[in-house]
Amino acid sequence: MASIYYYRWRRTKSHIMAALCFASALIALIPLFLIFYYTMSKGLSSINWSFFTQMPKPAGETGGGMANALIGTGILIAIGSSIGLPVGILAGIYLSAHRTTLFSRIVRFLTEVLNGIPSIVIGVVAYILVVIPMKRFSALAGGVSLGILMIPLVTRTAEEMLNLIPQSYREASLGLGISRWKTTLFVILPAAFKGIFTGILLSIARAAGETAPLLFTALGNRFWSTQLDQPIASLTVFIYDYSKAPFDDWNRQAWAAALVLIVLVMLINIIFRIVTRKRYA
Amino acid sequence: MISSTEEEIPNITSDAAKSSSLSGLLKPGGKNLGDFIFENTTRLFAFLVLSLVLLMAYEMFTKSLPSINRFGWSFISSSTWDPVHDQFGALPFIFGTLFSSLIGLMIALPLSVGIAIFLSELCPQWLEHPVSLLVELLAAIPSIVYGLFGIFVMTPWLRDTVEPFLGDHLGFIPLFTGPPYGFGMLAAGLILSLMILPIIASISRDVMKAIPGSLREAAFALGATKWEAIKIVLSGSKSGILGATLLGLGRAVGETMAVTMVIGNRPSISFSLFDPGHTMASVLANEFTEATSELYTSSLIEIALLLFILTIVLNAAARFIVWSVTKKYQAEY
Repeated sequence: MASIYYYRWRRTKSHIMAALCFASALIALIPLFLIFYYTMSKGLSSINWSFFTQMPKPAGETGGGMANALIGTGILIAIGSSIGLPVGILAGIYLSAHRTTLFSRIVRFLTEVLNGIPSIVIGVVAYILVVIPMKRFSALAGGVSLGILMIPLVTRTAEEMLNLIPQSYREASLGLGISRWKTTLFVILPAAFKGIFTGILLSIARAAGETAPLLFTALGNRFWSTQLDQPIASLTVFIYDYSKAPFDDWNRQAWAAALVLIVLVMLINIIFRIVTRKRYA
Repeated sequence: MISSTEEEIPNITSDAAKSSSLSGLLKPGGKNLGDFIFENTTRLFAFLVLSLVLLMAYEMFTKSLPSINRFGWSFISSSTWDPVHDQFGALPFIFGTLFSSLIGLMIALPLSVGIAIFLSELCPQWLEHPVSLLVELLAAIPSIVYGLFGIFVMTPWLRDTVEPFLGDHLGFIPLFTGPPYGFGMLAAGLILSLMILPIIASISRDVMKAIPGSLREAAFALGATKWEAIKIVLSGSKSGILGATLLGLGRAVGETMAVTMVIGNRPSISFSLFDPGHTMASVLANEFTEATSELYTSSLIEIALLLFILTIVLNAAARFIVWSVTKKYQAEY
């Protein structure tokens, strides 16, 4: 009865393949847990109050903190948001209002293209646009690069979240004689606010985690600086510099800064997921 | 009574269609001044996105002109990268980018398809959401954290355990020759595979979920095993998975920080996985601030331009494939 054996073989093969698929899910999750484990175990010991409030110490001395990098990242994100949010939200409103025209198809496609452009290339563009004319590295240049980076993320979230609002909202508002722009601004936008807001947080988290575009725009700074026309420190460049340094204490601080970054990014991501899941349901 | 109300409804709508003021409101571009201003403001910003992409291409092109004029096509075929004598050829970086991305893809593709199958076909409902959340969290970890993990955890492990083992047992294959540094192509490929895995897995899962259930039911009705039914689903989602792969490749090609921290940053062309290399993105990260001569900066910008074009082509191809696949299924079912 060869057919029985053949059937058994087919069944066994099916089980083997299912087990392999399960295994690949497990294999992918191991590095995730390893990364969490190492940032926790190596970073936690260096996290204390002075890490957030003090300035970096000179090379060779232990201790010190990354207060300037925290402020720097904050300033860079503020500049980036002031560019990325208005452009992204308004372009998103346009795309959501005109879903099928040729122009909005082109813009939608270019948003995807912009999203796929490596962040280091965006850094080069910000270098050409801001650093060369100003003749020096500056917080402004770093902020511009983060702003360009945020535009496609914000545009897409704004469009998607606005599209989720039922068409009947718009119809009801127009039916009451309210003009289109007031309908969009005061009916549709508030209804989509929660989704757009968390989407904005998500793009801020992404910008906060970027290093490559800052390397030759904001450059980094070991001293306290809040001036927009001067090089400025950031959390990610701090991690990069400290990870390459030959001092154990600096390496530990790099892990600690990575822990701060990862906690921030993960929190925002999980909040985003909870909020959008409720929306979809 | 009922029939009379049914007759009234079409009357109302046809009246509405005739009334120019209401149809003006329902169509874009009504006559209200506020509408006009708002409409055109949003259009201006949509236009800004378009012009930004064009501006990026234009600026990089003009700034790389000195290098383009000086080296022409030999820029991408020459492997001499000598800043001291102003000789620039980008071949080692192009090679490094493609080689490391391909290694990453080789590792990530089977794993991601496995995960996608697991999530869309095999796993119980309650497990699906947490597992896909965890896989997607891999994409949320900043590149610099991957790099840190690479430097302090992965490269020592590769240097002390994996590479000596591979060298001892598979050393006859050119891929596994040379001294184990830890830092090199293998490390870069492994890190890249982690970073592109969530993209490929989540898109493939979506594509497979879009395959109608009737296909699976038909397979089962013909006596297929679970795996045989999955193969049917896979053959239906082939082009979607290809699109996802291209998207992942686009991400891998442009990945900078994690790669530059583990690849060793040496502009050499070697097919051994153990040897250090350099990628287009990593040379930008390392040398851009040090570029002293105009030609040096211009050559680096030309590398950025090449990277820009490469990622646009990959992304456009991927989007087109994913788009045409979803459109096909929307149309058919």
